[in-house]
Amino acid sequence: MKFAVIVFPGSNCDRDMYHAVIDVLGMEADLVWYEHSNLENYDAILLPGGFSYGDYLRSGAIASASDVMQQIKAHAEAGKPVLGVCNGFQILLEAGLLPGAMLPNKNLSFMCHHEALAVANHETRFTTSFEKGEVIHLPIAHGEGNYFADDETLSELKMENRIVFTYANNPNGSAADIAGIINGEGNVLGMMPHPERAVEKLLGSNDGIRLFQSLIENWRDAYAANA
Amino acid sequence: MKKVTIRIMPKQGVLDPQGKAIQTSLSALGFSEVEGVQTGKLVELFLEDSEDINKRVGEMCDKLLANPVMEDYHFEVEGAVRP
Repeated sequence: MKFAVIVFPGSNCDRDMYHAVIDVLGMEADLVWYEHSNLENYDAILLPGGFSYGDYLRSGAIASASDVMQQIKAHAEAGKPVLGVCNGFQILLEAGLLPGAMLPNKNLSFMCHHEALAVANHETRFTTSFEKGEVIHLPIAHGEGNYFADDETLSELKMENRIVFTYANNPNGSAADIAGIINGEGNVLGMMPHPERAVEKLLGSNDGIRLFQSLIENWRDAYAANA
Repeated sequence: MKKVTIRIMPKQGVLDPQGKAIQTSLSALGFSEVEGVQTGKLVELFLEDSEDINKRVGEMCDKLLANPVMEDYHFEVEGAVRP
């Protein structure tokens, strides 16, 4: 399975993502600069965290208007997986691939620590290696992770079981304790916590590995079914 | 050359933590009469006039300058200016 890690000016978790895929999971990956890129030959797209374009205008807004976004949309429309973490999640929201928006954290602070999360939906292609309702620990590192959506969108997300991760102790004011959501088709996941920074026990948690493992296992199953 | 001034504000009911913090600081400085503060953005565009300038600027706001999920915008077009 081949991953593309998209690199924007200001991305800063791109190498962590690359390290997780290459060194820990033993898969193929490329760091793909956002300009003049060709995403046709990749099986999954990873949008890493950071501060693309210095968070100018709004977090993720400028990146969401770049050319590479058209390719990412086409990739998503073809049913291939897209994972956006932190700033990557903000970019997916700004691009309209996921509903809602991010407000500044309720306490106005940039927060960087481990959070307990509940796996609210363990049946997505990103979460089948988790148990139902399992509590996992992943680091967060953001100033604008306060998820906001209107009531209609929130009830739609709940009804369609599209809230994938929730905070056990909501740190930022997110509506419905949302830490991660998925699109209706189930192939685009956005989340504020960093699974790629939790792939080695030595660094506090390796709960993030199973997210990538789920993705790989489900891709293998689908590949075998189509072969 | 026209100048377009766009005011972008959080939608009503959307939390504005920055406004809240400013209100608290004003209150600490003795300005307790302030009952609410809202912060936003001001964007100025300079562009040649055209028949559909209002429509085009509206599209710019919807597509990039404002986020309709959490922000409202309002703009005014002024004539004959130099950037």
